[in-house]
Amino acid sequence: MRDSLPMKNTSATPLGAGAKRSTPPGGLQAWLPRLVLAPSVAISLFFVYGFMLWTFVLSLTSSRMLPSYDFVGFGQYARLMANERWWVASTNLMIFGVLFVVICLVIGSLLAILLDQKIRQEGALRTIYLYPMALSFIVTGVVWKWLLNPQLGIQAMVQGWGFESFRFDWIVDPDMAIYTLVIAAVWQASGFVMALFLAGLRGIDDSIIKAAQLDGASLPRIYWRVVMPCLRPVVFSAVMILAHIAIKSFDLVVALTGGGPGYATDLPATFMYAHAFTRAQIGLGSASAMLMLGGVLAILIPYLYSELRSRKHG
Amino acid sequence: MSTLKKTTLALALAGATLATTAQANEVEVLHWWTSGGEARAANVLKELMEAEGYGWQDFAVAGGGGETAMTVLKSRAMSGNPPSAAQIKGPEIQEWGELGLLGDLNGVADAEGWDELLPEVVADIMRHDGQYVAVPVNVHRVNWLWANPEVLEAAGVEMPTTLDELFEAGEAIRAAGFVPLAHGGQSWQDATVFESVLLGGQGSEFYQQALVELDPEALGGEQMIDALENFKRTRELMDEGMPGRDWNVATAMVIEGVAGFQLMGDWAKGEFTAAGLTAGEDYLCAAAPGTEDAFTFNIDSLAMFRVTDDEEREAQQALARLVLEPTFQEAFNLAKGSIPARPDLDMSEFDSCAQQSLADFQRTAEEGGLVPSMAHGMAVRADIQGAIFDVVTNYFNDADMPAEEAAERMVSAAEAASF
Repeated sequence: MRDSLPMKNTSATPLGAGAKRSTPPGGLQAWLPRLVLAPSVAISLFFVYGFMLWTFVLSLTSSRMLPSYDFVGFGQYARLMANERWWVASTNLMIFGVLFVVICLVIGSLLAILLDQKIRQEGALRTIYLYPMALSFIVTGVVWKWLLNPQLGIQAMVQGWGFESFRFDWIVDPDMAIYTLVIAAVWQASGFVMALFLAGLRGIDDSIIKAAQLDGASLPRIYWRVVMPCLRPVVFSAVMILAHIAIKSFDLVVALTGGGPGYATDLPATFMYAHAFTRAQIGLGSASAMLMLGGVLAILIPYLYSELRSRKHG
Repeated sequence: MSTLKKTTLALALAGATLATTAQANEVEVLHWWTSGGEARAANVLKELMEAEGYGWQDFAVAGGGGETAMTVLKSRAMSGNPPSAAQIKGPEIQEWGELGLLGDLNGVADAEGWDELLPEVVADIMRHDGQYVAVPVNVHRVNWLWANPEVLEAAGVEMPTTLDELFEAGEAIRAAGFVPLAHGGQSWQDATVFESVLLGGQGSEFYQQALVELDPEALGGEQMIDALENFKRTRELMDEGMPGRDWNVATAMVIEGVAGFQLMGDWAKGEFTAAGLTAGEDYLCAAAPGTEDAFTFNIDSLAMFRVTDDEEREAQQALARLVLEPTFQEAFNLAKGSIPARPDLDMSEFDSCAQQSLADFQRTAEEGGLVPSMAHGMAVRADIQGAIFDVVTNYFNDADMPAEEAAERMVSAAEAASF
C-alpha cells in the first residue's frame, strides 16, 4: 500500500485526474490513517502492554500494601507454588474452563441445528435462548445462588412435592460446588453459542446439503460430515470467546458462591484480587496474574497458530 | 452549540471541583460509613466541624468491609495526594505509619489527656513509634451471643454460659424444630465463630499467645486442636443453607424465630433495632459462652495523614479532638450499635446490651481479658489474617480434615504469610 501510492501519483496522466482529486497533496493520505490510529496504539501500548510489564516487575518484588522495588527474584513465584489455595484455584479453572467450553459448544450447536429445521416461531425461540446473555454474570450468579440453595431452591421444591429423599446440594458441598459454576455459566452462554452457530448454518450453501441428500446420506451424517466441517471458523470464534469468559470469570464466582464453601470455588482471578487488593500482598498477587497470563498464552498461541495457518493453506 | 459548550464546561468544572483536595482549614475524610444510620452519624461530625468554622469534605466510598475504600486510598496515597484523614484500623495503622505517611496528633493527645482517657490496649493501636497518629471512633465487641427468647422458651433452655451448655442447648433447640445456631458461611463469619469458640474454651491468655502473638507452639499445640474440634462441633448446630449467606440474613433468622442463637459482633444489634425489637425483652444478648471475662474488640479509627499546610493541620487536630468529644461519641455510637471509645460517658441513653458491653470493656481493660479481634483485622496484619482465614474456613468446610492437620497448617500459615 505504502509503495503503490507514490507510484500512482508520479504516473498521473490526464486519465488519473479523477483519482488525483481524492488524494490530498503532500502525502497526507499516506499519513492520515497512521495519525488517526497513533493515539489508540499509544494508549493500548501503555495501558495494556506497559502495565503487563509493570505487573511483571512487581511480581519480582516484595511489594505488600503499596508497590515497592525491593527485588526478591522469583521468591513470590516460589511462595505461590507452595500455596495450597493457588493450586485449588488453578485446578478449579481447569475443571471449569474445559467443562464450560465443551458443554456450551455441544448445547449451543445442538440448539442451533434443532432451530435450523425450519420450525415455526423460530424468532421467538431464538430470542428466548439468547436472552440469558443479556444478563450480567452478577444477576445470573444471584439467581442461581437462590435456585441451588438447598433450603430455598430446587431441592426444597422437589422435596415439597413429596420426594423427601431428593438431594441437590452441590452448592454447599466443597467437592461439587465448582460444578454449580459450570451450570450457571453454561445457562448464560450457550444461547450465545447457538446464535453463532445459527448464523454459520445459514451461511452454508443449500446445494451442498441437497447434493449430500441425493447421495443418500442421513441427516445426522450430513450434519456431522458436511455441515460441521464448514462451521470450523465458527467453532474457532466460539472457543476464543468462551475461553476468555472462563479465564476472566470473577463476577460469577463472587455472586454465586463467594469462593466458598471455604475456598473450594476460588478461581485464579478471585485469588489474584483477594491477595493484591484485600490482603496487602501485591507481589504475590502480581505473580499469580503473570501465571494466569502465561496460562492463557500457552493455550491460545498454539491454537491461534494452527487455526490461522490451516486457514491460509486450506 | 453554545449550550453544549456550556454543559461541557460545567461538567469539566464539576469534575475539577470533585478532584480538588482539601483546601486550607478544611479536612477531607475518607470513610465507608454509608449505610443510613452510619451516614447520619458521620454527618454529626461534619456539623460539629462546621460549627467551629472548619470545612468538611466528605469522601465516602461505599462497600461494607471498606475494601473498595482501601483501594481508593492506596491509589490516592501512591499519587502523592492522600486525604487528610481516613478510616484505617488495627495493625494497618502501623503499616501506613511505616510508610511515613501519617502525621502526629501529640498536641491534641496531650491537651486532652488521651493517655488517661483511653485504655492502654486501645492507645497502643492508635500510636506508631510512640506518637499518636489515629483517633478511635468507637468500640465494637465481637464475642456476643444473640438469642431469640421465644425459641429458647419453646426448647426449654437458658442462655448458655459455657461451650458445653451451648452444645446441650443446641440439641434441645434442634429437637424442638428450630435451627440452633444461625450462621453465614463466609470466611470472616467462620473466623468470627472460631475466635469466640477458642476464647470460650481456652481463655484470653491462650487467645493472646495464639492469635495475636502467633506463637507457633500455641498455634500447633494441644489447646489449638481442642479449640478446632469445638469449632467443628458448632457446625452441627447450623443449617445446611448457610454457605454464602450474609450475616444480616443470619440475624434475621434469629429475629424471625427460625433460629435460636447467633454468634456475631454487636453490629447485629442494628438489625434487631431496625426490626423494632427491644434488648433484654424481644432479644437477648450475652457474652459468647465461656467468654464473660474477655472482650474481643473491633475499633474503628480515623488515621491522620501528614499534611504540610498549617491551616489544614489545625483543622486535622480539631477533627481529632471532636471525634473523642462526648457529643459525637454518643450520637455516633447510638446509631452504630457500638460503645464509645472513652469509658467516662453517661450511658443512660444506651440499651442494656451496650451498657453491659461498656462495663465489661472497663473491667477487662483493668483485669486483663481485653484482646483484639483476629477475625476483624485488629490482631495481625492483613496477609497473616488472610492466611489464617484460609485455614479456618477450609477446615470448617472439609468434613475429612483432622484438627491436627489444621493446627499444623495454622503454624505454616503464620510463617509463610510474612515475606
